[in-house]
Amino acid sequence: MGERVLSISGMSKRFGALQATQDVSLHLHAGEIHALIGPNGAGKSTLIAQIAGSLKPDAGEIRLGERDITALGVARRARLGLGRSFQVSCLAEPLSVLRNVMIGAQALQGHSFRFWRPVDSDPRLLAPAHAALERMHLAHRADTPVAALSHGERRQVEVACALVLEPQALLLDEPMAGLGPEGSARLTELLETLKHEVPILLIEHDMDAVFRLADRISVLVAGRVIAHGDGPTIRRDPRVRDAYLGD
Amino acid sequence: MTRPHLSPPHSPAAATPAGPRRWLDRQRLVHSALLALMLLAPVAAHLLGEVYYVNLASRIALVAMAAVGLNLAIGFGGMISFGHAAYFGLGGYVAGISAYHAFDGSLMMGLPGSDDMRVIWLAAVLLCGLLALAIGAISLRTTGVYFIMITLAFAQMVYYFATSWPDYGGEDGLPIYLRNSLPGVDTQDALSFFLICFAGLVLSLALTSRLMKSRFGAALTMARLNETRLATAGISPFPIRLVAFVISAMITGLAGALYADLNGFVSPSMLSWHLSGELMVIVILGGVGRLFGPLAGAILFVMMETLLGGLTEYWTFFLGLVLLGVVLFARQGVIGWLAGSERHG
Repeated sequence: MGERVLSISGMSKRFGALQATQDVSLHLHAGEIHALIGPNGAGKSTLIAQIAGSLKPDAGEIRLGERDITALGVARRARLGLGRSFQVSCLAEPLSVLRNVMIGAQALQGHSFRFWRPVDSDPRLLAPAHAALERMHLAHRADTPVAALSHGERRQVEVACALVLEPQALLLDEPMAGLGPEGSARLTELLETLKHEVPILLIEHDMDAVFRLADRISVLVAGRVIAHGDGPTIRRDPRVRDAYLGD
Repeated sequence: MTRPHLSPPHSPAAATPAGPRRWLDRQRLVHSALLALMLLAPVAAHLLGEVYYVNLASRIALVAMAAVGLNLAIGFGGMISFGHAAYFGLGGYVAGISAYHAFDGSLMMGLPGSDDMRVIWLAAVLLCGLLALAIGAISLRTTGVYFIMITLAFAQMVYYFATSWPDYGGEDGLPIYLRNSLPGVDTQDALSFFLICFAGLVLSLALTSRLMKSRFGAALTMARLNETRLATAGISPFPIRLVAFVISAMITGLAGALYADLNGFVSPSMLSWHLSGELMVIVILGGVGRLFGPLAGAILFVMMETLLGGLTEYWTFFLGLVLLGVVLFARQGVIGWLAGSERHG
């Protein structure tokens, strides 16, 4: 198993009476896909939000590599290499696909208080953005406004936006949701090759994809990790079958 | 030699980019026409000896410039400031107070006054920037209606401060007996002064245009459209917005300094919420987030005020009707109607 790229330990979050995250610890190793599964309302997206920095945990620690990032904001974490895609796509609709991706390249190249040079003709922004789109097979859509894209294409743009950050770790929240079987298969293939460059923490409901892709799986129920292991272990685990997989 | 095809080839690849390109040209045409009108009308008025209309053009140029500043905040930054009169008025008071001290040779907090416009402009821009930095740093922690209200509240604080400070005229305002000077230019001459105002307007338009095409502009656009995306891409929205707010205030403040010189007078009315509202109306009339919207809006607003205002004191009723029409039927304002809708990059 590779080195630990992302470590979460003892993370807890409470909303009033609801314990959304309860002493969760998990690790993401280099070269792996770690899937996070669980029934609706188990607190998966809440957990991702805490890892990405948009939600502050009540307790716990997050490390990216050796670095403690618990106190850092969303933007700082992103620049350090935490790429994220959202469950509900989060893009600037009127802007072109390229523009949505370029903004990440811009963030990597230092501060944005550059007032003079136009971005439209800046190869330092265009080249990485085109490369990220190429990887997601979206090169032909670069100049299309996001508003004109299909649901599946938007998911791909989200992943491209994360890739352009040259991330150390990827957090993907249901990237397959709403994709047809064909799109789903294509993305599965893509993630399989991608994981060798960037380890992925994957939330997914598509169990075929999960069992095919995931090197390790953690099962989250009511904010707590109830089981942890590789695919076959999780499939056999009676608590998991009871809580989530059914029969 | 065979003749080339008479009709253009119907290749789809060639036809597709022609659409937006043509709209772009129409937009350029409208922009050029507006600037030419702004420049040529007062020159014609000058030749006909109609000083009143030259000064009216100066007024339009300055109100437009103030609105260009506000448009950077509202239109491009999505920050609906209802307090830009604070910067417009502060700029005006800088011109007035500086001229006042230069006139009687007294000191203000140990500093001598100056009637050199360059000194006044620099002071106005810096002070407005500082005021906006303080107001923005607090206000930008809120959004939506709260942001509108908090910017209004700050502007009202500045307004009441000015009315209750008797040294500089309080409620009565402060006259500028002799228009401030600029080396090599006869600022008393209406056309010369108009050209200064026009240059300020063109400069503020050029600055906004360039700014919005830069990395800073890309970040500001993303902050307006989807701030979560901006943060997830690694850029904190707050500092981007704050700097845009400060630049916006500086442009409006510079317009205010010139406006006081145009009227030879500065009073708390330049700081009042009515003025903040008028600037907002101009931005909305012209087209929110359109580069030339403020100019189109200012021309329409000031002309309605002058022409209809001469006929009836209820002219704002008709202004209201036009505003209603724009809000309901032409969201991109007069510019959207003249130049077509804009395509994002």
